Amino acid sequence: MADVSVRIGSLTLANPVIAASGCFGYGVEYAPSVNLAALGGVAVKGLFLSEREGHPPPRVVETPAGMLNAIGLQGIGVHRFVAEKLPELRRLGATVFVNICGTTIDEYCEVARVLSDAEGVGAIELNISCPNITEGGIQFGCSLMGTHDVVSAVRKVTRLPIIPKLTPNVTDVASFARAAEHAGADAISLVNTFLAMAIDVETRRPKLSNVFGGLSGPAIRPIAVRMVYECFQAVTVPIIGMGGIQTTTDAIEFLIAGASAVQVGTANFVDPFLWEPLIAGIDAYLDRHHIERVAALVGQVDVKTPEPAWTAF
Amino acid sequence: MPIDTAAEVLANRRLSSDYNVIALGAPAIARDTAPGQFVMIKPSAGLDPMLRRPFSVFEVLRDASGTTTGLSLLNKRVGTGTSLLYDAEPGATLSVLGPLGRAFVPVDPPDEAWMVAGGVGLAPFATLAEALAARRTPMTLFYGGRSRQDLFHEAFFERLGARLVLTTEDGTHGERGRVTSPLERALASHRGGAITIYACGPTPMMRAVAALGARFTRPTFVSLEPHMGCGMGGCYSCVVRVHHGAGSHFVRSCLDGPVFNASAVVWDALASVGH
Repeated sequence: MADVSVRIGSLTLANPVIAASGCFGYGVEYAPSVNLAALGGVAVKGLFLSEREGHPPPRVVETPAGMLNAIGLQGIGVHRFVAEKLPELRRLGATVFVNICGTTIDEYCEVARVLSDAEGVGAIELNISCPNITEGGIQFGCSLMGTHDVVSAVRKVTRLPIIPKLTPNVTDVASFARAAEHAGADAISLVNTFLAMAIDVETRRPKLSNVFGGLSGPAIRPIAVRMVYECFQAVTVPIIGMGGIQTTTDAIEFLIAGASAVQVGTANFVDPFLWEPLIAGIDAYLDRHHIERVAALVGQVDVKTPEPAWTAF
Repeated sequence: MPIDTAAEVLANRRLSSDYNVIALGAPAIARDTAPGQFVMIKPSAGLDPMLRRPFSVFEVLRDASGTTTGLSLLNKRVGTGTSLLYDAEPGATLSVLGPLGRAFVPVDPPDEAWMVAGGVGLAPFATLAEALAARRTPMTLFYGGRSRQDLFHEAFFERLGARLVLTTEDGTHGERGRVTSPLERALASHRGGAITIYACGPTPMMRAVAALGARFTRPTFVSLEPHMGCGMGGCYSCVVRVHHGAGSHFVRSCLDGPVFNASAVVWDALASVGH
């Protein structure tokens, strides 16, 4: 049995596998079928200060090896979350990552303050990367100054670990990782979804009410792995990697690229019981490779010895 | 609590060029299924299509001794996933997740149950009819389709004691026209006791049934079929707008439905989605 625990700032996770925000409701929905305490963490659906309605349906559409979503951050707001969901998550022993959103820096700070005063929050994941809303969010995540400003402002109001979630919809994601680290982030998470579009060729109408949506699923995995690798070269804070992870092998690939932990999102829609085998598989991999701590695997990609072409088949 | 089973395709009976009934060896799920609940089916092992699809449980299958052996789905071939289910061969395995969602609540006699089905919307009524028959609740099935070859399982419902009122759009079987026409006449002429209406079918049909239920002040329940990503409450893609206080809001049909009180649904919002 290897040591699979992970340090994220002041927080210690039991293992590196976290349920991704927007793909796991508020966590409590899955409590009847999944032992939340057995996960490295649960990243709950993005929260603004107030309740939010989200976009009209259709909100999702499938594409090969992936899906587009434009939910529009429907949510119950931070106050109702603290009152109605957080006590149950605490009781269940979940390590809670609260994904927070804002249309202004003040809103991010206010949401972070509310969470700092609550019992049972493990970390704050700063959503500066949702592609589906026009105001706030990705406006900060697509500007280096915006990223720096929102992270440093939230840093001033909370002692909880802060994890900005970065968008892949930029030219050089590593520079955004550096801006977040410089502003006081305890870790970074990436990638959010890729801005995308699907059209019904018979009606010539977009398949989503919002026209654009975010692409997730195995289709994006190689791009996400590359971006995690780039960020690992650029920052020293831990990286939480995600993008199309379905299997243990996929998760290990992210760890080797430089992620200290991973999030699994879309795959949970297909198989809500994937968690235990995925976590056990990481442990088995470490044993098989005689690696005592999962931390020792992080970023250990050997780019000097290219894989011979014939082994790829 | 839902479970996920790799279920064997026990049989796949093609009823017509686009309808089939596929029997799946998922007895544990079948045993726990209440009328109107659904399962999420993964139609292919690969990544295209990747997501599961929701299906109402059609029949709970039992052997001669009465032991539950699985469940069946009434499928209509309309897209990629439903085509894979139409073509599935016995012996193949499909992932079945369920049972999920809120069920119909069957009424007890002397109340009557009137079921209104359009096309593939017949699916949730086989199990509901069984539950009603067990209670000896008088029941009527109003069942409409495009044509004679689109109406199935009439004998099944007759055996359970249901009165059948059939319609086809082309007049090849039963009354010509839409299923809501005989429903409206029956509601107008009914002189008996309480009636509860249960409806499943195309959105315009359910909307019309909801309007009739409201006009004749009969409690009406509909089983909606929005697109679903996960069926478990995780993704928020299957939302339906329902009245809430003075206004309205979106709720997840996988958790708060698929069965809704028809008077709670904001039908204008649903119609605009174009299901």
